[in-house]
Amino acid sequence: MTLDSKIPEGPLSEKWTKHKFNLKLVNPANKRKYEVIVVGTGLAGASAAASLAELGYNVKAFCFQDSPRRAHSIAAQGGINAAKNYQNDGDSVHRLFYDTIKGGDYRAREGNVYRLAQVSVSIIDQCVAQGVPFAREYGGLLANRSFGGAQVSRTFYARGQTGQQLLLGAYSALNRQIANGKVKMYNRTEMLDVVVSDGKARGIITRDLITGKIEAHSAHAVLLCTGGYGNVYYLSTNAMGSNVTAAWRAHKKGAFFSNPCFTQIHPTCIPVTGDHQSKLTLMSESLRNDGRIWVPKTARPGFKGTDAVNLPENERDYFLERKYPSFGNLVPRDVASRNAKQVCDEGRGVGATGLAVFLDFTDAIKRDGKKTIEAKYGNLFDMYKQITGENPYEVPMMIFPAVHYTMGGLWVDYNLSTNVPGLYALGEANFSDHGANRLGASALMQGLADGYFVIPYTLGDYLATIGWADKLSTDHPSFKQALESVNGTINKLLSIKGNKTVDEYHRELGLIMWEYCGMSRNEPGLKIAKKKIQELKVNFWSNVNVLGSNNELNQELEKAGRVSDLIELGELMVDDALSRGESCGGHFREESQTPEGEAMRNDNEFAYVSAWEFKGDGQAEELHKELLIFENVKLTQRSYK
Amino acid sequence: MKITLKVWRQKNRDSKGAFKTYQVDHASPDMSFLEMIDVLNTDLIKKGEESIAFDHDCREGICGMCSMYINGHPHGPLQTTTCQLHMRSFKDGETITVEPWRAKAFPVVKDLVVDRSAFDRIQQAGGYVSVNTGGVPDANEIPIPKIVADEAFDAAACIGCGACVAACKNASAMLFVGAKVSQLALLPQGKPERKQRAERMVAQMDAEGFGSCTNTGACEAECPKGISVTNIARLNREYLGAMLTSYQVEVGGGE
Repeated sequence: MTLDSKIPEGPLSEKWTKHKFNLKLVNPANKRKYEVIVVGTGLAGASAAASLAELGYNVKAFCFQDSPRRAHSIAAQGGINAAKNYQNDGDSVHRLFYDTIKGGDYRAREGNVYRLAQVSVSIIDQCVAQGVPFAREYGGLLANRSFGGAQVSRTFYARGQTGQQLLLGAYSALNRQIANGKVKMYNRTEMLDVVVSDGKARGIITRDLITGKIEAHSAHAVLLCTGGYGNVYYLSTNAMGSNVTAAWRAHKKGAFFSNPCFTQIHPTCIPVTGDHQSKLTLMSESLRNDGRIWVPKTARPGFKGTDAVNLPENERDYFLERKYPSFGNLVPRDVASRNAKQVCDEGRGVGATGLAVFLDFTDAIKRDGKKTIEAKYGNLFDMYKQITGENPYEVPMMIFPAVHYTMGGLWVDYNLSTNVPGLYALGEANFSDHGANRLGASALMQGLADGYFVIPYTLGDYLATIGWADKLSTDHPSFKQALESVNGTINKLLSIKGNKTVDEYHRELGLIMWEYCGMSRNEPGLKIAKKKIQELKVNFWSNVNVLGSNNELNQELEKAGRVSDLIELGELMVDDALSRGESCGGHFREESQTPEGEAMRNDNEFAYVSAWEFKGDGQAEELHKELLIFENVKLTQRSYK
Repeated sequence: MKITLKVWRQKNRDSKGAFKTYQVDHASPDMSFLEMIDVLNTDLIKKGEESIAFDHDCREGICGMCSMYINGHPHGPLQTTTCQLHMRSFKDGETITVEPWRAKAFPVVKDLVVDRSAFDRIQQAGGYVSVNTGGVPDANEIPIPKIVADEAFDAAACIGCGACVAACKNASAMLFVGAKVSQLALLPQGKPERKQRAERMVAQMDAEGFGSCTNTGACEAECPKGISVTNIARLNREYLGAMLTSYQVEVGGGE
């Protein structure tokens, strides 16, 4: 089958405007006859649910947390990009488009990325109108900063809590529609299946996490805004509850999964301290503006921050400054992460585990004074001290890369529709805009672009086409079948009563993924991983221990379902990494590198989006390829020497 | 570290709860408090006992989901969220008491999990600016003095965890409501609806069964985000002004 991305014809800058005009509209009086399901209430979900309800559609929104405000978008720190050019420093829609497509290592669609850059400007207007307290200059206008090595200052921010403030803005819009009766909100409710009939998405099956009640919900369309799958690595900067279940179960109902091996590993996280570790904490990468990254020149097991103070300069290796003199400590995330791993693999890592490098502010404090450094990074230094018990003003920080974001996700066309009509994917849950590597401050932009400014147009076209009569009752056999299958899975999980906890399986999966499908990948390793994951899956379904019953709040049962899906996803990630024999963005294949050890892309063979089709349990998935066509940018190799 | 834990166990909303005592023999000072509970839960499951239910999600102090009342303080001895509390804040051999938030408006769901949906309903009563998507002015057409924007931000930093309610002897939600009313009353975008917002949010707060504020300041002292009681003063002022000058609003009850 051929994947139709539905990118409109015409010049890049006119595609979206023309497309909007060509999309069918639903008569205002008829909008109330349609039901739309939105799963997830992060930036994409909350903004979509509110915007669709404002238009007049009836929306049912679902989140597994106790309130829609807790969705993990809340934890984003840095900022949100927009091509406002308020700073008069040469930014434009075209430049944001270009930076994003280049930063993604040319593995995203030109049409999608250009639209993202276009609507970015409206997002800022919308958020300000809602009362989002962005940082401001003394004159009262909005402040910007340069972020992640960008050459223009286009990032809007709200201290280190931009995600929180944007989400609370979307949450307030959602609340207004809940109060208006246009959104029915289901808190502590998890989606466990999509119902598909006659090739169209018809609704979902959910579990009430307090009572265990399994319920069917019918609608004209289903929007999955359920975030990424970084927790496949067990340790990541994602929230504990972040999971792939909604997207994965949609995949098993026919939705293609794209580029699953594209994951982003963030260089500045607080290192692991022991087996008890449950998650990793990110510290803003702005720290790399002033901190110098180094390890000792020779291996020194157990070398601590307090030892570092006495180590002479000539015994230190500032490896990023040495290898990349022009970018130094500010090389992109993937390059910084890989190099940290490399020096640790050489045995030169520091700290009790040897899996850390120093981020040293001694020179910055000497140069600018403690006060200046405190003003810039005070909250981050405090956070570091709180978690590690060490004072970064006196001893160098220790950092190590951690999984942070997943660029892969459900395949969607230009309308954000998956290949299953009526089933949409928004935000991090889809694969669409970041290619093989996401730029800093672009995740918030994409989530809100999809929810506020894309789906309200494109969904109307689908709904107008099918008509309001095209909706199934939950008595339809397809719903009954889905209910039975969900109940069957839950009963099976509860009946195994084996010897290992869900967390133990999750941790094992994470170790396999991190070792073989983490910062660098090679064919023999990936093959080992595939075998290990298959064994883990068999072991899980015969030996997992889930206590309690379905008819109560049962957090082990919740986790068990999610981990079973992560295991299956893990295998697909490995397949995808095996099939992509090039290095690009966050995906580094050791077989594809330059003589200097840098990533080497292969545009002749791999300038495509992978789209995997589920063929049944235990069957190999089928790879489809959507070829990427570049008409407006010239493909270049990234270099930071 | 060896720790003795007295943990509130309660099967569901309708059953009676009680403290149960557990030993944790291998806690490390580097563990977060929640990771220590994770370790205990693994031990419990291995012994065939059901794990302790507790709310948590981001584990980096921003989502507001974690909510343990530890040794008589919401989120424990430090002014952080529970997830940002580490075992190094406790002594080896210490006995630690862990309870859920205690408030009539936050019924216990199970063990340490409470129902905070009352907070959502208060926000739905008026914690927003009534603008639809699209059709808004350019962001820089609304200049806001930095000092005002910063003050609004301080109020907006609330994470909605409910520690203020748990800390208050009256289980008052004034700090939570005051934070949102302040944020939007300070900003020009919130001014057109400021009167009805204050009235509606306070009416909903009362309907949910939160207690009155008697200015003890326990909420501010325990708030993990340092939200100031100034916001309560501003809420009182906004509310009084609204009651004296605005038209009547209908009062809706909770569920």
